[in-house]
Amino acid sequence: MNSQPLPLEVNGLTKKFGDFTAVDHVTFSVQPGEVFGYLGPNGSGKTTSIRMLCGLLTPTEGTASILGVDVFKNPEQIKPLIGYMSQKFSLYDDLTVLENLQFYAGVYGVPESEEKKRIDEILHLAGLEERTSSPTLELSGGWRQRLALGCAIVHSPKLLFLDEPTSGVDPVARRVFWDLIYEMASKGTTIFITTHYMDEAEHCNRVAFMYRSKLMALDTPASLKSTYLHGAAWDLAANPLLETVDELTKTDGVAQASLHGDRAHVILDSTQWSPDQLTKYLAGKGITVNSIETVQSTLEDVFTLLAHRGKIGEAA
Amino acid sequence: MRRFRALIKKEMIHMLRDPRTLIFIFMMPIMQLLLLGYANNTEIKNVPTVVFNQDNSKASRALLDSFQATDYFSFDYAVYSQAEVYRLIDAGRAKVGIIIPPDYNQNVATRKTADVLVLLDGADPTIASAVMSAAALAGQAHGASVRSQQLALQGPTGSAASPVDVRTNVLYNPDLLGSYNLVPGLIAMILFQTATSLTALAIVKERERGTIEQLIVTPIRSWELIVAKIIPYILVSFANTVLIMAVGTFLFGVPLRGSLVLLFGLVGLYLLPTLGLGLLISTAAKTQQQAQLMTMPIMLPSMMLSGVFFPISSLPLFLQFVSNLLPLTYFIYILRSILVKGVGIELIIPQIVALTVFAIVLLGLAAMRFQKTLD
Ligand SMILES: Nc1ncnc2c1ncn2[C@@H]1O[C@H](COP(=O)(O)OP(=O)(O)OP(=O)(O)O)[C@@H](O)[C@H]1O
Ligand SMILES: [Mg+2]
Repeated sequence: MNSQPLPLEVNGLTKKFGDFTAVDHVTFSVQPGEVFGYLGPNGSGKTTSIRMLCGLLTPTEGTASILGVDVFKNPEQIKPLIGYMSQKFSLYDDLTVLENLQFYAGVYGVPESEEKKRIDEILHLAGLEERTSSPTLELSGGWRQRLALGCAIVHSPKLLFLDEPTSGVDPVARRVFWDLIYEMASKGTTIFITTHYMDEAEHCNRVAFMYRSKLMALDTPASLKSTYLHGAAWDLAANPLLETVDELTKTDGVAQASLHGDRAHVILDSTQWSPDQLTKYLAGKGITVNSIETVQSTLEDVFTLLAHRGKIGEAA
Repeated sequence: MRRFRALIKKEMIHMLRDPRTLIFIFMMPIMQLLLLGYANNTEIKNVPTVVFNQDNSKASRALLDSFQATDYFSFDYAVYSQAEVYRLIDAGRAKVGIIIPPDYNQNVATRKTADVLVLLDGADPTIASAVMSAAALAGQAHGASVRSQQLALQGPTGSAASPVDVRTNVLYNPDLLGSYNLVPGLIAMILFQTATSLTALAIVKERERGTIEQLIVTPIRSWELIVAKIIPYILVSFANTVLIMAVGTFLFGVPLRGSLVLLFGLVGLYLLPTLGLGLLISTAAKTQQQAQLMTMPIMLPSMMLSGVFFPISSLPLFLQFVSNLLPLTYFIYILRSILVKGVGIELIIPQIVALTVFAIVLLGLAAMRFQKTLD
């Protein structure tokens, strides 16, 4: 037994909606102070998982504990410990920035003597000082997300769930948002975040990959790449380009081929091909390959590969 | 308490920043009252009256004169039997029958109380209720002047009671549903509408906009949320009650006879089952539209069967039974008793008990069904 309970421990977590399994026996744990990325394509069960972990949905099966407290037996006890920012913006449009913050400070029971100081801190952190009396309705996407984050952390939670906090936010605002996340993590808040942006995924300490309701992989970004990719991601300069992509998609041992600018980007699923062999093979199909370049592989490549394997696994 | 205060503040802001709903809440009852009130409020004068004067003395003719002086009565028929009085009223030729007993003069002279019977055709409730109070007033005024003359002439001997007692008896529709009863009916209906449908909407709105998700991850308790949701509507409902009563009293001369404290206390009691119902609906409905549709099958029978528009006694037996299951029925009875008849709490205890039972059952069910989850 650990003397210090982990921020989050999940075991066999499952959610069924009728016949459909949205989350299928997912098991993992999150370390203190970690920025934990939870990734996966649309509909893979990320939001459903988070909702169960926040006590919003009752799981069909499985257990979870937050800082040693059983989420499903004592859902009310975990509420003061966690902060949650939902995927869909869900603050009150008719309240001002300040009123929203005051409301959440109130319902989380932030002592009245500390409320003003805490709200000022958050306004400063989120850069919202100038907008305290703006109606929330009039805020643009990036400001809304920062306010939502602010409301989720007024009570200084130990564990923070962020469900796609940066969707629909411009690159600069995203950058600012991630700075905020790092700052909180550096002060000891554990962060559980979902995103569709691969560059953001690279910023996480560890990344879990969900595919069709199942947890396919979980590791640091670097280990994920070395475990699954064996360094094999290539950019081909070839002619005609579109036919090259089509042909490669059908080729055995190729997980995925796609157009990257004026190149064909190839992720290999095995070590059966060398650049020379592939050039010869394509020449046999009437395609001229001018060059093959090994490129820095990305998490996106890893997930494309995993998704490809997941599909094959299901077909079998 | 801190959580609760924050919730109430938020609910008040929601309400105050939505002026359209607020205007609607306050305009609707006034509009209904004006429409129905004026439609009903035709001027009442010279109501055809049949007189059966068995006494035929100077004293009894003086009484009839004071009736006539009110302009309400037109003595079209003088008859010589009770049966004829009923016949004329049955035939609709007379709306009022006045029967003076043979010992009228003797009773007045010996300072006893003489009974005069006024029969009213309740089929036209507006006329009947106006005539009823006119007859009672004329009788009282006449009695007082007779007594003061007697005092002046003979000094204080005998009984101090009024020498004339006008008994009114309403034939048909004894509840006299009509303009005087419209205001109590409207108050009850409006409270029902605002309390049930607005509460139902208040929670569904959070669900529909997705704000419920952010709300239920906080440590608030279900009951805190529910109570905070209904408090603004309780305030609005009380304000509305005052408004409707003010308009009813000043424009239509509706009587305010009973205790206002008792009245408001019972308005408060009635709000509980009504809000409970709204909350119950909001636990079942997914969208505001659904919530609105779900209030319909409750709203309609409540309005039709609770005695607002049709007397309950005229309903088929089965519907009379249904009407006993509606909180509105009991509340209408309470309101009419207090406002029109001026009765005290001792006469409406069964209705109060019924409302209390409804409150416990409906609020209990709502609290049980309202869970802090999304599934
Ligand atoms: N209440 C529900 N009833 C039925 N099915 C649901 C319900 N909620 C979610 N689902 C289904 O469960 C699946 C997983 O949904 P979820 O929202 O968890 O996905 P996600 O990974 O968050 O997707 P996205 O990236 O689009 O946010 C989807 O197919 C969705 O349609
Ligand atoms: Mg999602």
